[in-house]
Amino acid sequence: MSSPDEQDPRISKISSAIRVIPNFPKPGIMFQDITTLLLDTKAFRDTIDLFVERYRGKDISVVAGIEARGFIFGPPIALAIGAKFVPMRKPNKLPGEVISEEYSLEYGTDKIEMHVGAVQAGERSLIIDDLIATGGTLCAAIRLLERVGVHVVECACVIELPELKGRERLGDKPLFVLWPSLKGLFGLHYCFTIDLIATIGEKTRQPLRQQVLK
Amino acid sequence: MSAYRDKDPLIHGIQSKIRVVPNFPKPGIMFQDITTLLLDPKAFKDTIDLFVERYKGKNISVVAGIEARGFIFGPPIALEIGAKFVPLRKPKKLPGKVISEEYILEYGKDCLEMHVGAVEPGERALVVDDLIATGGTLCAAMQLLERVGAEVVECACVIELPDLKGRERLNGKPLYVLVESR
Repeated sequence: MSSPDEQDPRISKISSAIRVIPNFPKPGIMFQDITTLLLDTKAFRDTIDLFVERYRGKDISVVAGIEARGFIFGPPIALAIGAKFVPMRKPNKLPGEVISEEYSLEYGTDKIEMHVGAVQAGERSLIIDDLIATGGTLCAAIRLLERVGVHVVECACVIELPELKGRERLGDKPLFVLWPSLKGLFGLHYCFTIDLIATIGEKTRQPLRQQVLK
Repeated sequence: MSAYRDKDPLIHGIQSKIRVVPNFPKPGIMFQDITTLLLDPKAFKDTIDLFVERYKGKNISVVAGIEARGFIFGPPIALEIGAKFVPLRKPKKLPGKVISEEYILEYGKDCLEMHVGAVEPGERALVVDDLIATGGTLCAAMQLLERVGAEVVECACVIELPDLKGRERLNGKPLYVLVESR
């Protein structure tokens, strides 16, 4: 199951606390802003609890968080499940010896880095970010951990943008998201996706319309 | 004030987990690396607990954390004391309406931003970062909060570099640190 029980009453509060900002960082993008979630103390608490309930007692010793919004959600989860927190950062931010993984952007490439020695071969790990879009960054994070012999148990995000197919890019790696839940796909809370489709539908992505409505 | 002076055994444990990396980001700088602290679940938890004990029940409704390492320590503290977490970010990272505060670096300037509407006038706030050096970033953070009418109760950092006199730059605002590094 890739998202929580549709009946969980905490989810609708969490999703309604997330703010959608049109045309950020550039025209046509509907940005999912989690900072408003962080202002709602109960909803933020519930967000963390939903992840902790899923991962506690599963022998996970590493929570890797992707800079910078993964740094907000990762540490509280790590602390609650007794795991170490490993920051995955943009180039030249981590001091000392690092390993790097390059990944493709729409135009060009980027890189994320992890400290050498932060994790040991055989450890079981989560990767946390606020959102999965195309999945490029998460893929790079998975590769970094697997290169040093870590087993990535699951990727966990607050939000998924399903039309960007990030889940498929993760291949056989499981992905768990809080929003949208399966119920949300057909609910009022998902109306922002209709705006998204209207915005980018004209750009020949006709299959999107079919995906959401099925 | 600093917890270090109390010689709490927890503090010694925390300090022993902080790694010093010489000549980063440039020659002559002894970089205080807290990532090794984060690899020790007990020491990381002790760090958060020390701040939570100090701030719980003090009617603090805002924990502002400075990008990016303040994002690691701020949210666990905010969650435990029942406060909202407000990220203070480098320019152009926060979507929507922001207010900005410029501050001086050794060479040149930088800027910190906060969302409009994140904080209400009269709220009591903490500012959290991993480390205070010259105090420039913390000052800018306090300015942002005070400009919207919040009261900055205290600045809280894991590490202080006392030789850089950041404490004096805070204009009398209290500073609480766990570890001093000379």
